[in-house]
Amino acid sequence: MKFIELKNVSKVYRNGVTALANVSVEIDKGEFVFVIGLTASGKSTFIKTLYREEKPSSGTVMVGGLNVGKIRNRRVYKLRRKIGIVFQDFKLLPKLTVYENVAFALECVGMKEKEIRPMVMSALERVGLKHKVRAFPGELSGGEQQRVCIARAIVNKPKLLICDEPTGNLDPETSKEIMKVIENINKDLGTTIIMATHDKDIVNRMKKRVLLIEHGLLVGDYAKGSYKTHEAS
Amino acid sequence: MRKEVIRHMRPVRIFVRSIRDAFKSVLRNFSLSIASILCTTITLILVSVAIISAANIENATKLIEDELSIVVYLDKSVTEEQIENIESDIMSQENVSEYTFKSKTEWKEEMSEYDDAFETVLNYLDENPLMDSLIVKVKDVNDLSETAKIISEISGVDTVKYGDGMVDSIISAFDVMEKVVVVVVIALVLVTAFLISNTIKLTIFSRRSAIEIMRLVGASNITIKLPFIFEGFIIGVIGAIIPICVSIYGYVILYDILNGHIFSNMLVLIKPFNFVFYVSAVLLVLGAIVGMLGSLKAVGKYLKI
Repeated sequence: MKFIELKNVSKVYRNGVTALANVSVEIDKGEFVFVIGLTASGKSTFIKTLYREEKPSSGTVMVGGLNVGKIRNRRVYKLRRKIGIVFQDFKLLPKLTVYENVAFALECVGMKEKEIRPMVMSALERVGLKHKVRAFPGELSGGEQQRVCIARAIVNKPKLLICDEPTGNLDPETSKEIMKVIENINKDLGTTIIMATHDKDIVNRMKKRVLLIEHGLLVGDYAKGSYKTHEAS
Repeated sequence: MRKEVIRHMRPVRIFVRSIRDAFKSVLRNFSLSIASILCTTITLILVSVAIISAANIENATKLIEDELSIVVYLDKSVTEEQIENIESDIMSQENVSEYTFKSKTEWKEEMSEYDDAFETVLNYLDENPLMDSLIVKVKDVNDLSETAKIISEISGVDTVKYGDGMVDSIISAFDVMEKVVVVVVIALVLVTAFLISNTIKLTIFSRRSAIEIMRLVGASNITIKLPFIFEGFIIGVIGAIIPICVSIYGYVILYDILNGHIFSNMLVLIKPFNFVFYVSAVLLVLGAIVGMLGSLKAVGKYLKI
């Protein structure tokens, strides 16, 4: 069984909009996959069904052996603890310091302070923010805030890191740095990474597997490095 | 074994952290906390006034009701045996709680003490013109006149006396007042719950992103709720402090100024101690519970995703 399996997944919102139509895809452990498409193409819905922010209307979504669509509301946290999520708008708690924001994910699980500290510090070290532990998110640049968000997502060593347009709010230079951090996580820790983006530069440069979604349909599944070729042709 | 221990420690740790976070959050959202606390304070003061009034009316009604009794005058001709029969007849009435026998001699002594003129007149007569009597207390004063009527029909009973019209109207007036105050107290408690819950909802609304993030990083619902519940508890308890002080000092001072009664000796106020402490306890518990429930209700809204 693959690490992530979507079988005939469709999502129709209450207002009648079809965001996903019969999408089937398999993703292996340790893969780095871009999900691309225009705004409102359904790529966000695709990403959200993976961490059960949206339930599929039909079809099954399996993540690490869990049938995500079948998880009850009050059990969702069990899935969330196994995956890390990075957002375009960072979603940091403004009144907590950098350290507290990252530690937060572990405190929720009920870990000991003694265990939390080294884990938080190593996550912050990985994203290069060890020196800013006491700063509040408001005192950081956009790139730094995104690093905190990444640190929070990887602090409990998830098998899967989901990134929803992580560079959407950042300038090209900072985006590159953030991508470097994410790529290293994939390489060093073997974390599976699924990243929605509409930044063509990044997709072209990094030469990873690409899923192209248009009007809710999976119109292209390009193996490592073949996407740019496709565009050129 | 060690894993077992760790598993058992986790809920405790989450619990302790929730308390810490609740305190932090009260401080970090200071202005909204103050708003919630003030809202609690004001409504609890109103509740306190209502409770104190209700308790005093209840107390006064009870005192007056305790005083009320039916005096049953017996025929002069009744024998000892007949008196016993009358007594058992009266006791068989459902509404009768107790009775005491007061002989004509006792009446004579009492009246003589009361007024010298009586003494002179009574001593002038050869025979005591007064009647033996039974003083009957009832369980429910509302049925006083009905019970009196039934007793008056027992053979050997000459006349039956009770406060008649005046008593009836006092009793019904107090009854109405009591009911009104109870309704007011209940209404105030509900209003308090609503106001506190709304203010806390406001506090929580400003933190719905925090709740969203907690869910995203894998916090279980109870882990998310706990800090908010404690926060509601803290706000409720702090909000109860001023009303408690106002109640204690206010009532003691009022009691002193009024010398313990209103208008006449009939309306006796409840002694301040330990009454004010009971009221304080009620306010404290009410503040805490309403605060917690308000929080719980408010946060629940953001957990249904």
